[in-house]
This record gives sequence, C-alpha cells and structure tokens, in this order.
Amino acid sequence: MGHSTSHSAEPPLVTGNLSFHELTELVARHAEKKPPLGWYIAIGISSLLLVNLLVMIAYQVWNGVGVWGNNVPVGWGWPIVDFVFWVGIGHAGTLISAILFLFRQRWRTSINRAAEAMTIFAVMCALLFPTIHVGRIWVIYWTLPIPNQMDMWPQFKSPLLWDVFAVSSYFIVSLMFWYVGLIPDLATLRDRARSFVRQRVLGVFSMGWTGSNRHWRNYEKAYLLLAGLATPLVLSVHSVVSFDFAVSIVPGWHTTIFPPYFVAGAIFSGFAMVVTLMVIARKVYGIEDLITLNHLEKMNIIILLTGSMVGFAYITEFFIAWYSQVGYEQYAFINRATGPYAWAYWIMMSCNLLAPQVFWFKRLRRNVPLMFAISILVNIGMWFERFVITVISLHRDYLPSSWGYFSPTWVDVMTFAGSFGLFLTLFLLFLRFAPMVALSEVKGVTPQADPHFYDQESS
Amino acid sequence: MPQLFPKGANALPILSLVGALAGGVVLVGLVWYYFSPEYTDVGYAPEQPVPYSHRLHAGELGLDCRYCHTSVERFAEANLPPTETCMNCHEQVQTQALSLQPVRKSWAEDTPVEWIKVNFLPDYVHFSHAAHVNNGVGCETCHGRVDLMDVVSQVEPLSMGWCLDCHRNPEEQLRPDEAATVMGYEHPADFMERNAERIAREGIRPPLNCSACHY
Repeated sequence: MGHSTSHSAEPPLVTGNLSFHELTELVARHAEKKPPLGWYIAIGISSLLLVNLLVMIAYQVWNGVGVWGNNVPVGWGWPIVDFVFWVGIGHAGTLISAILFLFRQRWRTSINRAAEAMTIFAVMCALLFPTIHVGRIWVIYWTLPIPNQMDMWPQFKSPLLWDVFAVSSYFIVSLMFWYVGLIPDLATLRDRARSFVRQRVLGVFSMGWTGSNRHWRNYEKAYLLLAGLATPLVLSVHSVVSFDFAVSIVPGWHTTIFPPYFVAGAIFSGFAMVVTLMVIARKVYGIEDLITLNHLEKMNIIILLTGSMVGFAYITEFFIAWYSQVGYEQYAFINRATGPYAWAYWIMMSCNLLAPQVFWFKRLRRNVPLMFAISILVNIGMWFERFVITVISLHRDYLPSSWGYFSPTWVDVMTFAGSFGLFLTLFLLFLRFAPMVALSEVKGVTPQADPHFYDQESS
Repeated sequence: MPQLFPKGANALPILSLVGALAGGVVLVGLVWYYFSPEYTDVGYAPEQPVPYSHRLHAGELGLDCRYCHTSVERFAEANLPPTETCMNCHEQVQTQALSLQPVRKSWAEDTPVEWIKVNFLPDYVHFSHAAHVNNGVGCETCHGRVDLMDVVSQVEPLSMGWCLDCHRNPEEQLRPDEAATVMGYEHPADFMERNAERIAREGIRPPLNCSACHY
C-alpha cells in the first residue's frame, strides 16, 4: 500500500455493521416464526377482498360483460384501465432486478426480492382483467395459436395478440428470475429448518443447493443470462401494451409518443408501489438496516425522474395536437382538460406531475411519511392516467352523434377492489413464507464481504 | 447435516423434465384426438321414433332424396317430410305393418312424427342447403352413403376446419348439378379440370370470410 489513491469509499449500502449470521437471523426468522398480529389482521382483510374478487368474477362470467359499465361508445372501461394499471406496477421489480443489475447498481440487492415478488403478483392481477374481459372465458385459449378443428388462428396483425405474448412471456421470465434468485436463500432456510416436512419441502425448492463453487458459478451465469433476457422485456411489455391504443385511429390514442411514455409511466407507478410496500414492511419487520433511507431516497429520485418524463409527455401531447392542426386531435385534448371528465384529468396531472416535484429537495425525499403519501398519490394518479387515456378518448371521438358519458357499475368497483385483495394476499404470503430480502446478495455488498478492502485498492 | 434425500433423488430433475415433455406430447395427442368432432360427433346414430330405413327406401327402392327432403334446392333447410309424404305410399303398401304404427297414429291424430335430427350445426352457424346443392355439392359429399344406412348416422365431423377444406379447394369435391342426389357417384378421370373450368365459368367463389357463415 505504498501509493495513495484519491478513492473515496462508497458509504455502506446496509447499516448496523451486521455480521453474516446477524443478517441471516434478521431476515430468515420472519419466514420461520409466527408472524406479528398485524400480519393476521392484514391477511384477514386482504383475503376478504380476494373472496369478493372471486364472487365478482363468478358473477361476471355467469352474466356476461354487461354487468360492467362498458358500453358504446366506451367499449373499454375499467377492466382495461385496471389491466394497464397493474401491468404498469409490474415493471419495477424486473427493472430493479435486471436493468439495475446490469448497471451494477448494488443498492438494488436490499429491495430486489420484494420488488420482484410484487412484480409477479401485479402481473397476475393484470392478466386477470383481459382474461375475464374477453367475455367468454371458456374459449380464452383462442388467443393462443393452437391448431384446432376450426382452422382458426389468432389475428397476428392485432396488438391485442401481441399483448398476450408480451405479458405472458414477461410473467414467465420474471417468475424464473425471481425463483433463480431465491434458490440460495431457500437453501439457507432449509439448513435452518428443524421439522421433517419443512426440511424436505425447502429441500425440493432449493434444488439440492450446497453453495459449492460450481453451484455459484452456474448460478451467477444463469442470473446474468436471465437479466439480459428480462431487460428488453421490461421495455417491450409496456410498449406493446401501448400499441393496444396507439395502433388504433382514435384521437388521443393514435400517437407515436405512447411506447416511451407508457414505459416511463410503468416504471413510475411500479416504484411508487415498491415504496408504498417497503416503507411499511421495513418498519413492521425491523429491517431498516437493510432497506435504509438511502434506498428509499434513490427510489424517490427515480420516481421524480419518471414522473417528470410522464408529465413532459402529457404536455407534449397537447403541443402535438396543436402542431398537427388536426381538429379531432385538438378537440380530444381540449376535451380532456376541460370536458366532462376534466376532474379525472386534473387528478392525474396533480398526482403524477406536480406531487413528485417535492422530491427535488433532499430533506423531503428522505422524509418517510411524506414519501409514503406521495407514493399513494402516484398510484392514484397512475390509475387515473389510464382512465383518462381509455375513457376520455373513447367517450367523444369523431361523431358527436355517438358521444356518451361512461359510468362504472358496482361490479367494476368491487372487481378492482378485489384485485387488491389478490395482490395483497399473495404479497403477505410471500412475506410470511419466503426470505423477503435477497440474503446472499446483501451479504455480498456488506463491508464484511470485503475484509481486505480489495475494492479500494483496485481503484 | 445428514442428507435429506437418498442418492436416487438426483435422477428426479432429469426424470421430471423428461416426464413433463413426454406428458405434454401425450396430452396434446389426447386432446387432438379425443376433443375433435371427428371423435365426439362422427357416428352419432340416434334411434328414431319410426325404424325408417334409408337403405330400403333410397337404396333398394331408389327414391330420390328430394322426394322427401323437398326444400333442399330452394331453402336453407333440408326439411323432414310430413307424415302425408309417408302416407302417399303407405296408404297402399304395408298398411298393417307394426313398425309403421307411429306413422298411422300421427296421421290419425294429426300430430307430427318427432324425428330426431342427426346432423347438427351450432346455432351461430348459418348454412344453406340450396346454395350448396345448386352449385355442385352432392348430398353424399356431406351425408355419406345414406342409401346404405338402416339407421342414419353422422359421417363427417361438420367442424369448421372440415367446411373450410372444401371452401378452399372446391374443385376437389364438386360434381355436376344433375348428379347432386346420386349416391355412390364416381368422378370422371378429368373431374378436377372440369371443376376448375366450371368454377371459372360460373364464378363459384366459396366465401372464406367470417360473416359468410356466422351472423
């Protein structure tokens, strides 16, 4: 160490100076001991909502899509709004796990496990809505190119079909990514297990992991490959979702800005949902040393960035409407801001564009109650963004004779509430039974993992 | 820590992978065969209220199909004959036959015989017999050798793919209009050329769009 460097050490990504064993204890015990009382209360409420969802689906399947508010001219109502809302939320997890992994953003390790779980559950909620929206759920396999006695094939020119492939492949890759990351931690749980059944169940799911050098080598390679596979998907899924709208000729939908604008919005809403959940989870489970204020601050910066991108897109749409000199396009946007649904538009604008601007101030973006409130506002705002795009564009298009006003029914509302039941129930089960933080990865970024200070020396 | 699983468990991953692949192939095969109308519908031969034999009437006695199914050239439906059609002959022949008791009862009480439909199309399909019979599709093409059936049964799957086979390649099936009701029709050697020529001359274009058959 004869030479001096100008290197300034990165502040530790996790605090508390925890040893490996203490880290294991901190995370793994939550998957082993009885959960706190609050967990029982939460899952009680969420499973009630889930039962409500099942009842609503049964009611809808039995009676048909007429039980929803969808009707001419607004043929796409809440179910599609809810679909885009959920699939958007499902973007944060894979962004954190894949893109931040490829960019070597090591702070991701504390939050990637829970964010990926959230992604998978959100995509499940998202897949639910188009599935029941087809109206005849028993022939949903018609969306897949399966040879059949009808000689009938899906319409490959339709973005709705691209959506089927985009969302389902995103779901499968996210699930594989999440599971591969879980294997070393499941092995940790297995080694700690005492009961016969628990040992064997975890033994099956950890696939014979022993932590040998060779296992780690294969694991790292698989993880890198999956990250490479998932990265384009993060960008493509919501681009394809936006094609559902952009490929049509409805004023307000037919814009080339949609794919990047939708992707930014998806990351925006996904990070907001991660903040909402993590702020609560880190407190309840006492893992503030792992998910520190620095983590939350970084997520808030991404929320600020993507929120401003989305806001910029909102304003660009107005500019292009004016610049295009197309009357229908211009009216579509004037009608958004001043028409019968102006309230929805201004909720969207204030929640998505204005609210995150408080994160310009360091003190405010490190304020936990404030960021929780903002994250809720962003979730509300992003739901309204999809409502604005879907409903306002449809309710008044080219022909004034076919204008109308859309109102949801109680089934719309209860189904959407029920989807939160599905989401939260799955997330609570995840918190209860799986290691909620990627233990093996977090251990790799602690100062203890670098006892000889190799990082400093090499720089 | 002792091993949780015996050594043989190492074979499980590869076995389950092979099993999933083989199982998938078997599953596809089972669905492909057993879920097709070719399996579920072909061969449907319900017992009719009157043991009417097409083999006897259309085959041995040589009645034309249109003697009973009179509307087939003019309407979408190929009608079932009224009791009066039966009685045209059976007032004179087999007047005491036990098997014809339901027909005489129908005649006396003025109530129709409740024949059971064999060749079903779903309610969302529109099919016109007239459009087919008048453009060279024979009865036999879809209904098979009815003149050999004691009990009428379904011989073709009547699936959409089956319809489309012919709509896409009509020259493989058409016959001259005057042979429409002939059973056991044999195509001349050059029938494909003749049909192609006829299709061009008469402008026969079997529709392939959805609303041709679906409302």
